[in-house]
Amino acid sequence: MTFEQILFYVFAAVLVFSAGMVISVRNPIHAILFLVLAFFTSAALWLMLEAEFLAITLVLVYVGAVMVLFLFVVMMLDLNTASMREGFARYLPVGITVAVMVAAVMVLAVGRQHFGLEHVSSPVAHGADYSNTRELGLLLYTTYVYPFEIAAVILLVAIVAAIALTLRQRGSAKSQNVAAQVAVRRDDRVRLVQMDAEQRK
Amino acid sequence: MLENLHNVNIAIVAAPLLGAAVAGLFGGAIGRAGSHTVTIAGVAIAFLLSLVMFNHVVLQDAGIVTHTVYTWLVSDGITFEVGFLVDKLSAMMMVVVTFVSLMVHVYTIGYMAHDEENWPEGSGAGKNSYQRFFSYISLFTFSMLMLVMANNFMQLFFGWEAVGLVSYLLIGFWLNRPSATYANLKAFLVNRVGDFGFLLGIAGVLMYFNTLDYAAVFNAADLHKDLTMSLWPGVEWSVMTVICLLLFVGAMGKSAQVPLHVWLPDSMEGPTPISALIHAATMVTAGIFMVARMSPLFELSETALSFVMIIGAITALFMGFLGIVQNDIKRVVAYSTLSQLGYMTVALGASAYAAGVFHLMTHAFFKALLFLAAGSVIIAMHHEQDMRKMGGLRKYMPVTWITSLIGSLALIGTPGFAGFFSKDLIIEAVHASQLPGAGFAYFCVLAGVFVTAFYSFRMYFLVFHGKERFRDAHHAHDAHGHHGVHEPHESPWVVTLPLIALAIPSVLAGGMFITDMGFGNFFGAAVQVLPQHDVLGELARDYHGALGMVLHGLLAAPFWLALAGVVTAWLLYMKFTHVPALIQARLQFVHTLLDQKYYADRFNDWFFAGGSRGVGRLLWQWGDVRLIDGLLVNGSARTVGWLAAMVRQVQSGYLYHYAFAMILGLLLMFALFVML
Amino acid sequence: MIALSDYLILGAILFCLSTAGVFINRKNLIILLMCVELMLLAVNMNFIAFSHFLGDSGGQVFVFFILTVAAAEAAIGLAILVVLFRNRRSINVADLDSLKG
Repeated sequence: MTFEQILFYVFAAVLVFSAGMVISVRNPIHAILFLVLAFFTSAALWLMLEAEFLAITLVLVYVGAVMVLFLFVVMMLDLNTASMREGFARYLPVGITVAVMVAAVMVLAVGRQHFGLEHVSSPVAHGADYSNTRELGLLLYTTYVYPFEIAAVILLVAIVAAIALTLRQRGSAKSQNVAAQVAVRRDDRVRLVQMDAEQRK
Repeated sequence: MLENLHNVNIAIVAAPLLGAAVAGLFGGAIGRAGSHTVTIAGVAIAFLLSLVMFNHVVLQDAGIVTHTVYTWLVSDGITFEVGFLVDKLSAMMMVVVTFVSLMVHVYTIGYMAHDEENWPEGSGAGKNSYQRFFSYISLFTFSMLMLVMANNFMQLFFGWEAVGLVSYLLIGFWLNRPSATYANLKAFLVNRVGDFGFLLGIAGVLMYFNTLDYAAVFNAADLHKDLTMSLWPGVEWSVMTVICLLLFVGAMGKSAQVPLHVWLPDSMEGPTPISALIHAATMVTAGIFMVARMSPLFELSETALSFVMIIGAITALFMGFLGIVQNDIKRVVAYSTLSQLGYMTVALGASAYAAGVFHLMTHAFFKALLFLAAGSVIIAMHHEQDMRKMGGLRKYMPVTWITSLIGSLALIGTPGFAGFFSKDLIIEAVHASQLPGAGFAYFCVLAGVFVTAFYSFRMYFLVFHGKERFRDAHHAHDAHGHHGVHEPHESPWVVTLPLIALAIPSVLAGGMFITDMGFGNFFGAAVQVLPQHDVLGELARDYHGALGMVLHGLLAAPFWLALAGVVTAWLLYMKFTHVPALIQARLQFVHTLLDQKYYADRFNDWFFAGGSRGVGRLLWQWGDVRLIDGLLVNGSARTVGWLAAMVRQVQSGYLYHYAFAMILGLLLMFALFVML
Repeated sequence: MIALSDYLILGAILFCLSTAGVFINRKNLIILLMCVELMLLAVNMNFIAFSHFLGDSGGQVFVFFILTVAAAEAAIGLAILVVLFRNRRSINVADLDSLKG
């Protein structure tokens, strides 16, 4: 057992354990925290796979932003935690059974007989001056620049969508309703009146 | 000259049609006098021009006139056209039809003078009913002329259907009476059965001869005499037999032979003038005319000839029996007509076509006379038609009495009168025939002579002699709601003049034409008889002129049978008037059988009418309601609903159900790919 | 030595755990969204593993985009959840059956 292997198995075990905890703990806050742990361990695993940039990004973006967002929402909502765990055990057997079956089939598909060391050999480790970021950047800004730009647009759309969904108007804040402005009709604004000419004294 | 004759033909047909159109469409505007003037003018023109054609074709023997007026369409080499054929047969028919029609038109002026009494207040159909009647009888004249003057099967069929239609319109003329509408529907439907067979016969002609023109068919008839067809597998029928039998089915419907006779007695619901015109003299003789016209075809099938003869014989005798028990004066004459039509048919079956048509002519005269005389009596009796309420009318209606006596004597075949020559000729012809069934036919026509004489003079004695039974209804209201009895009086001249005009040929027409029509070659090429069937030719050997026939007749069986019939009638209805009731009581079963018309009407009503209704009901309940509506339409809707209700449960609305389904699907796909 | 299959098996196990979480959990919509994040994590794991062992950086580029889209999707999903909570006062999955047939 090399050091690498030990590391792998430890991290993998923690990852699987925390994933299992995510789906089974009562308190949603605990579930979120376990998910954070899962992300951390998986970042560690990715480091082992020499994907440093993405590992850091996982921690910074995913844990730092997305999971924090989850925490915000959970704390914002006034949840009745007591009512949440009823009926859990009823569906457990069926769910577990199906999940195990799916896992078994998947393992059959991607197991050692197809993707073992004999089939896909372990690559040579990169040198110390290998910059994963640089490699990624080279690809990202040349071949994949178009999807990159689109990803930016997607983020913009997500922002707009999230705001549009949850925005609540406050009555005192003045704002323009462009649709109403455009829909104005002349007859609502102007009225022609016939008047006699008045002599200026 | 020939051009003029073509125009004459067209004028003969067009004049009554024009009269009918004017009276029908403008009857309200031109009033009663205008209507009857224009229609009588039309029919009179047709009559005079028919005499012109008769003169040309028969008296001057100038050859037949045949031409096409209008080609309607040509299809697959077969032409459908309107054309006229005037040979001796059709010339004779034209004269008879137009003459009787003219007499009936004049008679109707008197008969329908008070027709407004027959309609309820404010009746729409009752307005201008007089003009409508004239329009109809003119239209009938047109249709009948088209029928007899046709030179092809299609026009024949057109005329055939048209007379059936006008008969329907006229039987149900008083359409507010349910009995009248029942009768006209019955007539039309029974005729339809006959017409169906007729149409199949025409189709057979078209199929095998590829033409509908008479001349072409008759010329080619000999070539087809040995052809056979298989109506169902394994059984071969002679084409000629099948065609002739089918054509005769049409004649059975139109000329009221057993079993398609049931409509004729009911047709007495119509006004008496039409009973005289249509159901005595002209329309019912269309079948006889048609078979005579088709003689070249019938001669080639002995089966058909036998069939014709037997049916005619059955009709002649058994319908005569029914005439004995009738109490309605018109019904007696109706059954007499049926019986005489049977005689004509028997003659045709025995290949004595000339005799059959001769009897058609004489019968037209004396039967129309008898009907019109009956109508005259009915007018005098204020529309009372039951003979048991008449009696002793000869003192009050001398002209009607004398003409009725003449008509009756002609009918029973008194030697010297018209009916004698034609009837005796038929009886002799049947006796000489060698076809199967001739013996039975001879017995029937001979027995029929006694029966005919009996019922004719029963009617004569009950109406014109004996006790004046109409006085017994002294305290009852009559048709006008007046108390007391009106003295019967002679009908106006418009009624009696036609009676006299018809009585004259009833006496003379027989003697005048027997030599030419019976034994001479009167009809020429119109009627063809094969040598082995030529009964009239055989009889001609013993023929020594009209007077000789009269003298011979006095010694022959028919005369004595007729005399016996008259004597029996006199005994039972003049001398021992209580006896008929005793006989009826003794032979109750026979009387009921005759009274119920051999249960034919009951059977038809139950079997055909009830059967059709039953089949309709069955198809409605089971086919339509249960099968189509219930099973197919509503059933499929129900099935869809049931299926949807089941499938709907898959869509529970719960996200985790959907996710679960997806995972299961994924699992299955995985398994498939991994295994394979 | 760690083989590619080890990482793949790990990814498979993570995926199955998260799908089990989807249909076991019927009470909390937030847990549902977190299970979706887990699924995405499992997929990312696969991508990175393949990218490393096959020497193709394209896998990592793809993970980059998955991360982007996952973030956007989490944001919008939570926004929907907030609006839902405002209207229904409950995030119980078992209560969301308006689309029932």
